[in-house]
Amino acid sequence: MSDTDRELRVSKIRNGTVIDHLAAGQALNVLALLGIDGSGGEGVSIGMNVPSDKLAKKDIVKVEDRELSQSEVDVLSVIAPEATINIIREYDVVDKKRIDRPDAVAGVLSCPNRNCITNAEEPVATRFAVLSDGLRCDYCGEIVREDEVAEHLDVT
Amino acid sequence: MRQDHLISATQLSRADIEAVLDRAAEIDADPGAWEGRRRGEILGLCFFEPSTRTRMSFDTAMKRLGGQTIDMGSVESSSVKKGETLADTMRVVEGYADALVLRHPLEGSAKMATEFVDVPLVNAGDGAGQHPTQTLLDLYTMRENAGLDDVTVGIMGDLKYGRTVHSLASALTNFDVRQHFVSPESLQLPRSVRYDLHESGAQVREHTELGEVLPDLDVLYVTRIQRERFPDENEYLKVAGEYQIDTDDLEAAKDSLTVMHPLPRVDEIAPEVDETTHAKYFEQAHNGVPVRMALLDMLLENAQTDTTGGDE
Repeated sequence: MSDTDRELRVSKIRNGTVIDHLAAGQALNVLALLGIDGSGGEGVSIGMNVPSDKLAKKDIVKVEDRELSQSEVDVLSVIAPEATINIIREYDVVDKKRIDRPDAVAGVLSCPNRNCITNAEEPVATRFAVLSDGLRCDYCGEIVREDEVAEHLDVT
Repeated sequence: MRQDHLISATQLSRADIEAVLDRAAEIDADPGAWEGRRRGEILGLCFFEPSTRTRMSFDTAMKRLGGQTIDMGSVESSSVKKGETLADTMRVVEGYADALVLRHPLEGSAKMATEFVDVPLVNAGDGAGQHPTQTLLDLYTMRENAGLDDVTVGIMGDLKYGRTVHSLASALTNFDVRQHFVSPESLQLPRSVRYDLHESGAQVREHTELGEVLPDLDVLYVTRIQRERFPDENEYLKVAGEYQIDTDDLEAAKDSLTVMHPLPRVDEIAPEVDETTHAKYFEQAHNGVPVRMALLDMLLENAQTDTTGGDE
């Protein structure tokens, strides 16, 4: 089977965003992080554990009729720093977004420290500083390693 | 010191720390000269957790500066009991006082509170997080007795949940201090403190037995291991017994060793140690007053400069 055949396991989209080279197992986390659950009517294709030259196995997500903004892409870097993001119009790649690690992410994760003030009934959103290999709660200082981030996603 | 609030020891530079300690020393030398410094100003004491030393020493410190204090009382008797958020409580109390002191059982509470108030706010302990004013008086005591450069400090006990330990360990990275951490494995330093120590270039030397390091120490900082940290009583008794010191243990130490403890102690330091020249923990507790006087005076001074648009 050729590489082309493999790529075609997830069908091409006409307009929208392709998020490729996700680490295997991250596809659903990426959708959760972006707040995409299909309820908006957009077409969503997901490939999981797809063979890949770069990663051995990868996940891939295609979202139709939605172009990710740079800030959405930056938030993705927290769980998928290696991902590539292509914006598609009329079946062609019109923009390749680079992933920049933001300095901070707000309101995306809950703090794993149950004793953190952000987990109490207070009018405050979570905010994490982005470290080289994880995140750190701005309030209690708790550190979340990169491989633990997905389990603390606080998005619907 | 150019800080609006004091939330964490990690925000303090060596110069910040020395400025507070120097002023505390001036106050100590002539307390009467500072009596009128804060006349007409009010400090709000907001303690959402029990406290004896910290609350009373802040109260005394403000009064010795000529100011007054208001106290929200116990949580049971306040509107917190009715379900008011911390954010709301602090916004209200801000209107009554020129500066606030907050102790709260949750980590990050003081940091959050600063987002809702404009007056200077001092963290007097946030859960297992930080207790920076304890650290300032610890450093003051250490400087008086052992110095803060080229010294070896052992910190023993509950390093995981002990907020005084977290603040002290990070503040000591500003000085030429070799730090040794002595604790049972289950109560070693948390990841966040290790991260800060690592980032500051400090080496984390950990031990499970005090004997391994005691002869090298200039300062031994003992903290209480709390019963509630252990799933069962036997486990606690087994572990706690290994982190208690008496005069027999101290025979292996330098004659000049300074023994400190943030207090309250239960049985970590045998009462017989009190009579030795090593014991500095009561002196340490007394130092809470001049150090908190210095800190409050500086924060209130900064706040005044800010509102009058004075020198930056």
